Amino acid sequence: MPLLDIKNISIQFGGLSAVDKFSMSIGENDIYGLIGPNGAGKTTVFNMLTGVYSPDSGTIMFDGKSIAGMKPYDITRMRIARTFQNIRLMKNLSVLDNVKISFVSQTDYGLATSILRLPAYFHQEKDIEEKSMALLKVFNLDGKKDEKAANLPYGEQRRLEIARALATNPKLLLLDEPAAGMNPQETQELTELIRWIREKFHIAILLIEHDMRLVMGVCEKIIVLDYGKIIAEGTPKEIQSNPKVIEAYLGEEAPHA
Amino acid sequence: MTFVEFLQQLINGLSLGSVYALIALGYTMVYGIIGLINFAHCDIYMVGAYIGFFAATSLHLPFIPTLILAMAGAGIVGVLVERIAYRPLRKASNISLLITAMGVSLLLENGFNCIFGGDPRSYPHDILKQTNIELGPVHTDSLHLIILATSLVLMVLLQIIIYRTKIGKAMRATSADKDAAALMGINVNATISATFAIGSALAGAAGVLVGILYNSIDPYMGIQPGIKAFTAAVFGGIGLIPGAFLGGLILGVIETFVTAWYSPLAGAIGFIILIIILIIKPSGLLGKKVSEKV
Amino acid sequence: MMKTYVKKLVAFLAASAVVFVVFSLLLSNGVINAYYKQIIMTVCINIILALSANLIINFTGQLTLGHSAFMAIGAYAAAAIYRVGLPFFFSLIFGSLVAALFGFLIGLPTLRLKGDYLAITTMGFCQIIVVVLQNIPQFGGAQGMTGIPAETTFAWVFFTMIITIIVLYHVVNSRQGRAMISVREDEIAAEAMGINTTHYKVMAFTIGAFFAGLAGGLYAFLMMFIEPTQFNYFKSMDLVIYVVLGGSGNFAGCIASTGILTLLPEVLRFLGNYRMVVYPLLLIIIMIMRAKNIRLSRLVGMFRRTGKEGDNNAAA
Repeated sequence: MPLLDIKNISIQFGGLSAVDKFSMSIGENDIYGLIGPNGAGKTTVFNMLTGVYSPDSGTIMFDGKSIAGMKPYDITRMRIARTFQNIRLMKNLSVLDNVKISFVSQTDYGLATSILRLPAYFHQEKDIEEKSMALLKVFNLDGKKDEKAANLPYGEQRRLEIARALATNPKLLLLDEPAAGMNPQETQELTELIRWIREKFHIAILLIEHDMRLVMGVCEKIIVLDYGKIIAEGTPKEIQSNPKVIEAYLGEEAPHA
Repeated sequence: MTFVEFLQQLINGLSLGSVYALIALGYTMVYGIIGLINFAHCDIYMVGAYIGFFAATSLHLPFIPTLILAMAGAGIVGVLVERIAYRPLRKASNISLLITAMGVSLLLENGFNCIFGGDPRSYPHDILKQTNIELGPVHTDSLHLIILATSLVLMVLLQIIIYRTKIGKAMRATSADKDAAALMGINVNATISATFAIGSALAGAAGVLVGILYNSIDPYMGIQPGIKAFTAAVFGGIGLIPGAFLGGLILGVIETFVTAWYSPLAGAIGFIILIIILIIKPSGLLGKKVSEKV
Repeated sequence: MMKTYVKKLVAFLAASAVVFVVFSLLLSNGVINAYYKQIIMTVCINIILALSANLIINFTGQLTLGHSAFMAIGAYAAAAIYRVGLPFFFSLIFGSLVAALFGFLIGLPTLRLKGDYLAITTMGFCQIIVVVLQNIPQFGGAQGMTGIPAETTFAWVFFTMIITIIVLYHVVNSRQGRAMISVREDEIAAEAMGINTTHYKVMAFTIGAFFAGLAGGLYAFLMMFIEPTQFNYFKSMDLVIYVVLGGSGNFAGCIASTGILTLLPEVLRFLGNYRMVVYPLLLIIIMIMRAKNIRLSRLVGMFRRTGKEGDNNAAA
């Protein structure tokens, strides 16, 4: 049984169909890509997967359970994590604190424990500190743990967002345009980072991306969206030579609204 | 309650509501254009009442010149407040602006209290002849009808300004997107000043009308009507001019009927309605839901 | 980790003990007279209030303009149950729990609203509670409740203030506090990281209401007389001003600004009626200066960056 099984989800906004009968399945260790021109509905698919929107129709099964319409924080507890297209770090907090936030839902000491500073507080906080630092080290951000997130260079902010998402211990990681704003070298490093994350954390990854080097370099299967509909899917090689895909991106014939 | 009583209360309610609408328009226009809940707006209403008072008593002006002078004076005060206290905070956080508005409100209230004293003043009795009017079986008095009529005229004027003049277009554009409006060559500062001027003038008119109707003005007269008018603006859909209009009228009518039926509730009924509306439909009666793009 | 915590706690308690002893001596020797004693106690009560509002407004980022309603509920509930025979300490706790209950009930539907809508609704609830209290004859109605004995002493007020500081500090520096801060920073990101934002907003609101109720109880037994309009939205506005001027979140700033702003009207008393004009005038000037300073440091920063970025920031 695939880890994530999406069947025919659709959503409309004010009469306009944003996503139309989207289906896809991902296995436990796959890296898939979701591409398409701007406005094709890719982030909308992510938003439906993570509970920001509720699909008008269709089903989403994750790990055997139906998650369509669940709240975002419940979906995170089901172990799907995401990053955002426009980085949504907590800019005024330190790098370390940004990661620690992810551990709130993974620890369970109660309010009374906090107020009375019972031993459980100290045990779990020590645990959070260690796990957070370990994660930061893996992403080479431990040296900047007390730095304000807003002060990090762009590439490091993106890495921090990924680290923060991984801190929630997901089985599926959704990356929304992780290479946006990166130069070719950074993109190459990101490509290796993604492969490495898949190995080290044993997770599945679905990414939205415009940078074809990254997509072709790391994805095993690619799905192409245009105007909310799937127009092609296959291996990178198959997609590269698919005339429909080329037309969608170059858009010579396609009428524009 | 007989049908005749119902009609009488309805007229009272509509005239009270039209006063709320005049004040509510100022709240909604300012909120629409700079996102500020202008806590000092109800005090501009009070300032208008006082200017009208001096026009009527010291200058012995008749009704319409008094009204115009009060509107002009209130408009000027509104523009000055924006220029001196709000413009420097245009880029500051919402809360900072809110606190400054509270400060201006206190300043105006206590300032007028210090200068003119807290004793209520009265408009001269003969400024508007109060005659009883009979519309069929319904008894009402000319004052209520004049208030209704004046408010309607002003609101029609407002509609003309907003939809048929260049400055109105500029106001609509700036409300929709301040930065884009600036890029299109609109003088955003002037537009915002104009918005304050118009909203304040309307409040000033309301101040004069209420001063004449209830025959008493004092430095703190703006507080209660201010809260109610603001409630009305939110109720109708904050930022939307027809919403303030509708909200004001409805709230005035409801308050009048509730006062007649069970007066202890009258002070809170506006808020109760407001809260119900906000929980069911936060964007207000006429508002549209705006969601954040993720 | 536990060691540093214990050290900090002991240091704080020791310092508090010293302050307490000094003030107690000054009070019992008559160096500080009864008039100033009341002011100092009011400062302590306001600090409890301000810190409770601080948790909601600065740490969780929810602008509430109705916090004084919980003070009112705490005051009336404590005074009422005392009349029935409950000892002072338990009356205070009872008042705080009732206030917390209302905090929970009001917070649950209200905290789904954002920004200005939340502010208006909380203001509305505050006014409704004032009107309701004005219409309860058993509580004295609009005339208020008189004859409340003077149970509040400096010791009570100071001790409660210290406990409040410690408890709220513990809440803020815990996983619950972290969740609240994340709600303030970015709700959508917080939810994506597994945080039930409504749950934590209501938690902050309820805890804030508890301590506001506690302050209300202490206030009732200090003033010996309470009436509904003492707790209307003007009082809430005062709290917002204390909290915002104290700076974003930090305890010391909040305590300092509350102390200063409570004392300011007293200091200005020599101005007579004009102090009610000078106070808001000062407030406006401070807000404008703050805003200009922020822009000043941005301007300086702009000159350091490259021209392109500077232009982008200028248009923002």
